Amino acid sequence: MNVLKNDPLVLPPLLSDAANSESALKKFLNGLAGVDKVGVEERVAKLGTRSIKTTAKAEGIDLAIRMIDLTTLEGMDTKGKIKTLCAKARRPDPQDPNVPSVAAVCVYSDLVSIAKENLSGTTIKVAAVATGFPAGRVSLAAKLQDTSDAVSQGADEIDMVIDRGAFHEGRFLDIYDQIQSIKQVCKSAHLKVILETGELKTYDNVKKASWIAMLAGADFIKTSTGKVQPAATLPVTLVMLQAIRDFEMATHRRIGMKPAGGIKTTKDAMKYLVVLKETLGDKWMNPDMFRFGASSLLNDLLMQRQKMKNGAYSGPDYVTVD
Amino acid sequence: MVFEYAPAPESTKIVNLKSNYDLFIGGKFVKSKSGSNYKTINPATEEVLAEIIEASQKDVDEAVKSARKAFKSWSKLSGSERGKYLYRIARIIQERSRELAVLESMNNGKPIRESRDIDIPLVAAHFFHYAGWADKLDYAGLGKNPQALGVAGQIIPWNFPLLMLSWKIAPALAAGNTVVLKPAETTPLTALLFAEICQQAELPDGVVNIITGAGQTGQYLVNHSDIDKLAFTGSTEVGRLIAQSVSGTNKKVTLELGGKAANIVFDDAAMDQAVEGVVNGIFFNQGHVCCAGSRLLLQESISDDFLNLLYERMKTLRLGDPLDKNTDVGAINSASQLAKIKELSESGKSEGAQMWSAPCEIPNKGFWFAPTVFTNVSLSHRIAREEIFGPVLSVLTFRTPDEAIEKANNTPFGLSAGIWTEKGSRILEVAHKLRAGVIWANTFNKFDPTSPFGGYKESGYGREGGRHGLEAYLKAGK
Repeated sequence: MNVLKNDPLVLPPLLSDAANSESALKKFLNGLAGVDKVGVEERVAKLGTRSIKTTAKAEGIDLAIRMIDLTTLEGMDTKGKIKTLCAKARRPDPQDPNVPSVAAVCVYSDLVSIAKENLSGTTIKVAAVATGFPAGRVSLAAKLQDTSDAVSQGADEIDMVIDRGAFHEGRFLDIYDQIQSIKQVCKSAHLKVILETGELKTYDNVKKASWIAMLAGADFIKTSTGKVQPAATLPVTLVMLQAIRDFEMATHRRIGMKPAGGIKTTKDAMKYLVVLKETLGDKWMNPDMFRFGASSLLNDLLMQRQKMKNGAYSGPDYVTVD
Repeated sequence: MVFEYAPAPESTKIVNLKSNYDLFIGGKFVKSKSGSNYKTINPATEEVLAEIIEASQKDVDEAVKSARKAFKSWSKLSGSERGKYLYRIARIIQERSRELAVLESMNNGKPIRESRDIDIPLVAAHFFHYAGWADKLDYAGLGKNPQALGVAGQIIPWNFPLLMLSWKIAPALAAGNTVVLKPAETTPLTALLFAEICQQAELPDGVVNIITGAGQTGQYLVNHSDIDKLAFTGSTEVGRLIAQSVSGTNKKVTLELGGKAANIVFDDAAMDQAVEGVVNGIFFNQGHVCCAGSRLLLQESISDDFLNLLYERMKTLRLGDPLDKNTDVGAINSASQLAKIKELSESGKSEGAQMWSAPCEIPNKGFWFAPTVFTNVSLSHRIAREEIFGPVLSVLTFRTPDEAIEKANNTPFGLSAGIWTEKGSRILEVAHKLRAGVIWANTFNKFDPTSPFGGYKESGYGREGGRHGLEAYLKAGK
């Protein structure tokens, strides 16, 4: 699996000026078209009625499995836990070797080397949450240290959080600068920027934060840490996907998307794939451009996959708990 | 293609189609006195669904007689008793909603997603709403103890067959009238199923009578000397004839006619939602909507960007089998309607407008028209003035709010309009100056039984829905 690498960020003149100063950035963000809450929610509700059956469902299930960032982010995570998580990532269903591997495992930065060890010889990426995840309430120096620790252990991807306090204070340029600094420390590692949309509250804010992240060099934008409710939602994801589409139209640069947290069932996953397909199209329908941040989703996908194959629902004891 | 949706057709097994249908008069299905038959088809496949009676003068006489007879007792029933019947009908509609939705899509060509999620739920909602009014007529704003008019003749169109039936029958019955209703020639089937529902609800015989047929049958009903009230929804052309033929009589009339609504998008609109609203405004129900947003008025400064987004969005519209749950755009209702849409589109091209159609595969059988946009449209073009009643959008531009209002109002119609802006004060200012019966702000094509609906100018007169809808079926109390 080849992660699509964007060239070093060179923005067209209008956009490269957008972050020249605090006031320029504020002006740029306030100039973005607004988002109508009722309209966004109505659109996803309508897309949610798409009926995904037979061949489409089978294809969607395997695609969703290949898009998963299999995640454990607990204080009680141990080497043993990471080891079993990696085994599951490699071969999600022990009974069926045809089930594809997931895209990545996602762990805290101090566990990167354990994950790397257990995934050697595979193309499965290791993603590390960094920058004082989940609140991000540490100094920039600590965020940079956290990130470079993960990178030096071999993390392929960094999931950073933005400073939501700065956002609500209107210090957009500080967020932008921080993302740029983290991006430098990432070196070749891919940078996913977590907006924590559950703390941004409005769709207008989600759109603004998406643009800050994309302008600053994010490879992916991601909804949530999973530690704040609500985590990923369909309307928030639609707003971010539309921002990604606008950014591509302006810069020809494709940004990836990762909804994370709260996506638990196959039915949910199919809805996300529908929204993705009908907003950004086939170019985004792959693990290089779209990920699910999830843990329990995988087992539901496996159970649905078994059901489609065997014609009968197996139950939770026929998939491994971790 | 990745993740191509597999066919997801709704089963037609739930519908119990008969090979031929009689007229519903006096609570029973009865043979025609002398009428002839015609075939009703599925416009998506051109398959014959059933044989239908073209009711004659004698049949209409029978129906009106039966309604007159039933009026004596129905109008004396207490409001709460009438309400019980309406509640019962509403509940049966909910219980049989899938059957009604499938049949509606089969006979009309509209996508099952719309008949299932919009038409039928609104039908039930209208009956529930007016069931609640039946014992509260003293509060309808017409003084104490307002009186029913008598027998109502009701003629409805083919675009929302059962929904238009509910708009007509629910308030009439709540107010104590009895009705003779003629569904549209091409879409009689859900009205006939509704007749079965009236039997199931044990509605007293003759309170609802349903006669099928085409324009001639409609004329018999319009000209009948023993009806007290006429309610018509349909074309302005026919509406005008009806207004002429009832002038000088004591018949009360409400007409809900055509439209050529402006959907105005200002430069400060929420772009993606405005695009969605424009799509929903004109491609909902294949554009067979009298209040469709068929004229897009775009502020010039955003017109290129907006149209790009609109075209991209339109490329994702799924045209095809109306019974497939993933279909967005269904079939055109009839060959003659398709011919009219084609004729007007040709005129658009020859008058110099630019035509763009969404790329979609057109099925071999049935009547279809791809979602289409005309740009470079002038107000003088026919496609900017005449109602196309199909999935065709005419785009005009404007520079200032005054110009937008002037262009929006520059039409003989005045049924609806839409305003898209994130600025609240602009919504209020523009809405105040638009001459249209329904104005939507940052949304479009939203219907609710509590809200009155109706037009200005050639879009008709009278209001349907809500408390206002009762006025059409009551005279002031003494």
